[in-house]
Amino acid sequence: MKKRKTLNMSTTEAKRAASKTTPAPAKKMTGAEMVIEALIEQGVEVIFGYPGGAVLPIYDELFKNKDRIKHVLVRHEQGASHAAEGYARSTGKVGCFLVTSGPGATNAVTGLTDALMDSIPVVCITGQVPTHLIGTDAFQEADTTGITRPCTKHNVLVKDVNELAGAIHEGFHVARSGRPGPVVIDIPKDIQFADGNYKAAKDSMKHAYKPRTMPDMDGIEAAIELMASAKKPVFYTGGGIINAGPQASKLLRELVRETGFPVTSTLMGLGAYPASGKEWLGMLGMHGTFEANWAMHDCDVMICIGARFDDRVTGRVDAFSPNSVKIHIDIDPSSINKNVPVDIGLIADAGEAMKAMLQIWRAKGCKSDSAALKKWWKQIDQWRGQNCLAYKNSDKIIKPQYALQRLAHFISKDPRDAYVSTEVGQHQMWAAQFLPFDQPNRWMTSGGLGTMGYGLPAAIGAQMAHKDALVIDVAGEASILMNIQEMSTAVQYRLPVKVFIMNNQWMGMVRQWQELLHGERYSESYTDSLPDFVKLAEAYGGIGLRAETPQELDDVIKEMMKTDKVTLVDVRIDQRENCFPMIPSGKAHNEMILSADADKFDKKLV
Amino acid sequence: MAKPKEKVSKSVYGATPVTQQVESHTISILVINEPGVLARVIGLFAGRGYNIESLTVAETDHDKHLSRITIVVTGTPRVIEQIKTQLDRMVPVQKVRDLTTTGPFVDRELALVQVKSEGDQRIEALRIADIFRARVVDSTLDSFIFEVTGTAGKIDAFVNLMRPLGLADVSRTGVAALSRGKMKKEIKKGE
Repeated sequence: MKKRKTLNMSTTEAKRAASKTTPAPAKKMTGAEMVIEALIEQGVEVIFGYPGGAVLPIYDELFKNKDRIKHVLVRHEQGASHAAEGYARSTGKVGCFLVTSGPGATNAVTGLTDALMDSIPVVCITGQVPTHLIGTDAFQEADTTGITRPCTKHNVLVKDVNELAGAIHEGFHVARSGRPGPVVIDIPKDIQFADGNYKAAKDSMKHAYKPRTMPDMDGIEAAIELMASAKKPVFYTGGGIINAGPQASKLLRELVRETGFPVTSTLMGLGAYPASGKEWLGMLGMHGTFEANWAMHDCDVMICIGARFDDRVTGRVDAFSPNSVKIHIDIDPSSINKNVPVDIGLIADAGEAMKAMLQIWRAKGCKSDSAALKKWWKQIDQWRGQNCLAYKNSDKIIKPQYALQRLAHFISKDPRDAYVSTEVGQHQMWAAQFLPFDQPNRWMTSGGLGTMGYGLPAAIGAQMAHKDALVIDVAGEASILMNIQEMSTAVQYRLPVKVFIMNNQWMGMVRQWQELLHGERYSESYTDSLPDFVKLAEAYGGIGLRAETPQELDDVIKEMMKTDKVTLVDVRIDQRENCFPMIPSGKAHNEMILSADADKFDKKLV
Repeated sequence: MAKPKEKVSKSVYGATPVTQQVESHTISILVINEPGVLARVIGLFAGRGYNIESLTVAETDHDKHLSRITIVVTGTPRVIEQIKTQLDRMVPVQKVRDLTTTGPFVDRELALVQVKSEGDQRIEALRIADIFRARVVDSTLDSFIFEVTGTAGKIDAFVNLMRPLGLADVSRTGVAALSRGKMKKEIKKGE
């Protein structure tokens, strides 16, 4: 089945043979020293973490190696996990974080699951009670490998100090190879103290893990043939293109330029194709644009690259794009035919696949069917004419869409490179709809798991990696409270993260569903007591700002852009605003409702 | 089939799909024998709601630390395809082979069957055991333990016949299986 084994055997053997000729003396050191050595060998510059009993030896080494590796002290382990994700997402490198045993590890579980769902490469090092105490219900003991097995790509409990360095190297390799994901390395305290031999990265590949990245050329040719004859094609792209590196985004742009096909993207893929491009249809899915969803529904050839037919994207599966031939390129074989059966499934790295597609498209002198395409674009322009993101603005109350449009305006005027993270809910969908991204790795959001509390720590991670950039967390007032403690982290490391809170006092998305589908019974979705966000920011040592009317908004955003400290902006938005367009669950793409129809939506159906 | 009445789902996940025909497949998995590898495989089945009918595992290559896990699973063709690809992407998994689709294969199971009876029933049990080529591995004045090997179906038949003859206890190993002779080249997805 797998080529990885045979391929890798030969390369590792070759490397072993090479290392035999120049025998490097095995370096003796303690387990804790090995951790630092291995992290540095893996190129880790920043590690997020929180100390505790079972990781003290490693923290001791961090103290001695302050100049080689930067530690960022978070205020909660979940914060460390999301910060590592934000760091990874904004740099393309593996994010790394360090937590103690027991509660340290269990607090990291949400971040690990988040990274698994969104394919973010992170390595989490957890302390563990000493080997002889494992299984005795010792103080701060938890079965970390057992708990994290379903929420990591791989995990390992290291019981022999001589295998520690190898386990870390392999952990990084697994985290970044194939479909990226989280890896946990659980290290008992006695192993951190023990002496052993340090193994370099090149001698450490026990599993010979080498997922397939090169596409099957026959499949690519078949795909190209379909594309060349397509009358109503659409590119459906996802986070896989971001994960394949900036080169993959360039290839996508080339491929779109070459073919002239329209392109839409999932929430995770925003930025791979520039929002300013004329082929851009906007995001698709439950809160995607009218034109993107209709194009998906009516297309005859769908080219899915690095997306996984998530239920938020497909809507009702049996009515999903009923008349199209589907090409699916994914690095993970289990993604193909999982939710939606496809006609051509190609297992490959998105970048490699697009490179091959361009090569064959050009070599064969393929041309798109320009007459058909012209008709298709005419149809798309008609859908665009629906102006699905339109909203009724007001001069009395701040509409969330207006707030984001103003934010987008000031971001575009700012000379700094801008990175945006979000929490989860209505504000996240509005941010995806109204903030344009022209580059990959600029957009960090919790797509798969939908983790409230993701945005602030992720923004901290991104700002750590890009000190001079403009980093904004678009938040809701409910979500931000889930990891508000990380304000302290931002203050300590002088990270001028901007938190743009769209405050409507409701868990907006919950309220929207209750309004539309649960007979307007607003059960527990209103927050009766909220902190004064301005004072809260000041209490942490940051800056607090507030905008209550549309007239104040511009000045407040301008002020926010100028601050050199973490800044909370409390934007009081319309409490009744809903997020449209929307595909109600169990409905198909062509049954989406727009804000104009919202009043007609029969709330008595349920 | 009558089309189910259209209605808006209250759930954020939409309607449950209509189920397809269920099949049974024997899957052979070669894994690196490291702590937790079995838990990883079992956890996949539990976590994703797949059904296991039988599971056998033991180390098969001591020097290379390889174990073979043989699993009999049931599910729709799409679920079985998912099971295989999900298993295949696990880091310690070296090889996944669906024996049911890659040509003929041999599958065997061993069972120990204890029968407690006296008089004619005791003799009848021995006679049937002889037909099934079951060996007596323990005997007392009022009981036997039979060792019987064969396909799962054969063992089911044997156990069913022993039921009226004083069946007391059964212990089964689960299925071990290998492909016969040369295999058909497996058709890889995406190729």
